[in-house]
Amino acid sequence: MSEERIPLLEVKGLKKYFISGSLKNRRVLAAVDGINFTIYKGETFGLVGESGCGKTTTGRTICRLYNPTEGEVIIDGIDIAKMSEKELRPYRKKMQMIFQDPYASLNSRMTVTDIIAEGIDTHKLLVGEARQERIYELLEKVGLKREHASRYPHEFSGGQRQRIGIARALAVNPEIIICDEPISALDVSIQAQVVNMLEDLQDEFGLTYLFIAHDLSMVRHISDRIGVMYLGKMMEITTADNLYEHPMHPYTISLLSAIPVPDPKNSIRSKRIILKGDVGSPINMKPGCRFAPRCQYATERCLTDTPELRELEPEHFVACHNAETIRGI
Amino acid sequence: MKTLLEINNLHTSFFTHLGEVQAVRGIDFVLEEGDILGIVGESGSGKSVTSLSIMGLVDDPGRITEGSIVFEGVDLTKLTNEQLAEYRGNDISMIFQDPMTSINPVYSIGNQLMEVILRHTKMTKEEAKERAIELLKMVGIPEPEVRLKNYPHQFSGGMRQRAMIAMAISCNPKLLIADEPTTALDVTIQAQILELMRSLKDKINTTIILITHDLGVIAEVCNKVIVMYGGMIMERSNIESLYDNPQHPYTRGLLQSVPKNVTGKKNRLIPIEGSPPDLLSPPPGCPFSPRCPHAMEICLKEAAPLFKISDTQFASCWLHHVDAPEVEGYVKVAGDENE
Repeated sequence: MSEERIPLLEVKGLKKYFISGSLKNRRVLAAVDGINFTIYKGETFGLVGESGCGKTTTGRTICRLYNPTEGEVIIDGIDIAKMSEKELRPYRKKMQMIFQDPYASLNSRMTVTDIIAEGIDTHKLLVGEARQERIYELLEKVGLKREHASRYPHEFSGGQRQRIGIARALAVNPEIIICDEPISALDVSIQAQVVNMLEDLQDEFGLTYLFIAHDLSMVRHISDRIGVMYLGKMMEITTADNLYEHPMHPYTISLLSAIPVPDPKNSIRSKRIILKGDVGSPINMKPGCRFAPRCQYATERCLTDTPELRELEPEHFVACHNAETIRGI
Repeated sequence: MKTLLEINNLHTSFFTHLGEVQAVRGIDFVLEEGDILGIVGESGSGKSVTSLSIMGLVDDPGRITEGSIVFEGVDLTKLTNEQLAEYRGNDISMIFQDPMTSINPVYSIGNQLMEVILRHTKMTKEEAKERAIELLKMVGIPEPEVRLKNYPHQFSGGMRQRAMIAMAISCNPKLLIADEPTTALDVTIQAQILELMRSLKDKINTTIILITHDLGVIAEVCNKVIVMYGGMIMERSNIESLYDNPQHPYTRGLLQSVPKNVTGKKNRLIPIEGSPPDLLSPPPGCPFSPRCPHAMEICLKEAAPLFKISDTQFASCWLHHVDAPEVEGYVKVAGDENE
């Protein structure tokens, strides 16, 4: 990360509610419920959490694949949260997305060339010879060959498909790529290949990543800073090393202790905090800390008063009323 | 230790319109009572087909083409489907990755649990209900009397997996096969389920085969481990030696491609280049040879036997042969497992 940090993407008070049910019996699912964070140019910001915590919805709302219910998404100083489709168009080029499932995210009836060129064609960037040359160049960048250009997705393995998805994202020279669980569908030996490639591309093109994942050790490896989400709320934001070495939120602490370690002699097992119960329902939520029902340190205040992110140490934001006292324990 | 299960030269193939897919290509292992054996491998390594073969659940167009599966002295491959059904659910039972596809959504949890108990024991309905409540309690489901009446959709993912485990252990099986039991679950729930599996071993003294792609999960619960690749066993070992002193290049590659996070330092990951073999036409030699950094001429022609590294560790790699070139970290040994 550079010394002088320039904010590239600022998310302020972002909310995404999904509403269902009847008029009388309205069900509000608060998938993302007022989160704030900033991603600086050239860094990788990791977003972790368990299923249903809202991390994917966050990524999709930033990309405007979903329209936000409330809040601002500021890219390069301009709020795109309320823009119309037409106004949004030039900004779509700045943000691209890589998806989790390399089987579902590529149209099986299009050739690799047409898949990768979709963005180029939509934004009318290149045509004819130059377009084809650009495809070849992109294929080579992601470790595939020129001959692959005229093939169809079914001819490729999962890892290769993910490379095609990455080439498609790179095609319009984006500034930020939102990677939504880009490696979780891949085999362990292939995951490392893709992660290394993402790191190389970042160095080469000065890319910024929002890396959404649930594999905590891979997230630590790739991220500069990490945000931890739980039921639509941001629980903790800090640098990658700090998060793993000095987690402050009780949820982060138990989440980290649950990671299985590939070392049979490790001592973590004895220190493991096994959380009771399941993640609660995000439908029609009451005020208070979302984690309180499972938290061993919860006090009465946690059940009524929703904690906000506070900067307890430089670069270390925690949303917990009792973080200071817990740390002393 | 008493031998519970012995697998000899097992081959299982699927006969598709494209040709024969050789999913399992000659594997051997012995399971002793009380073992928790981990089978680790990537997709297509043959780990799930191995477990389905033991259960006799390999469906058309697949079948066991060679070898034997000896459970308490009886070769399961020789039995008819009716005879096998006596073992399934009774002596050997299985937990699958996705609990929702293995539980019937239109029957209550209690109904399905009691069905298993009534099918395999001589209990009355009342007794079976008592037993079902006891089982749900054992796997950590709160208010089992109420939960018994619930339908699967009223359970969360973790609770469904607990209910599956309750069903699987309802007849005190001697062998429990768990195929990726925690892959679909979140880490905090995974920790709960792994804890439960460890405690089961003590409570009902079951022998367990745990199939996973996650070396971390294996290290948490198993005492023995088999590493599979391309339908073959690459390394078979007790748990400590595998992680301390892996003796197969594939095992090493797997352990290296997982990030080792050291504070303040960014290490580059060491991936295994290339991609897994095509089992329609597997390479004639060692399946890993096209991706192996140490591959020699013989590796491409002939698969190595399982060289005996120690009493508890075997590796199928020619680097252990006395005539092989020296490679740091790999020991030379005189004989394979048969000697």
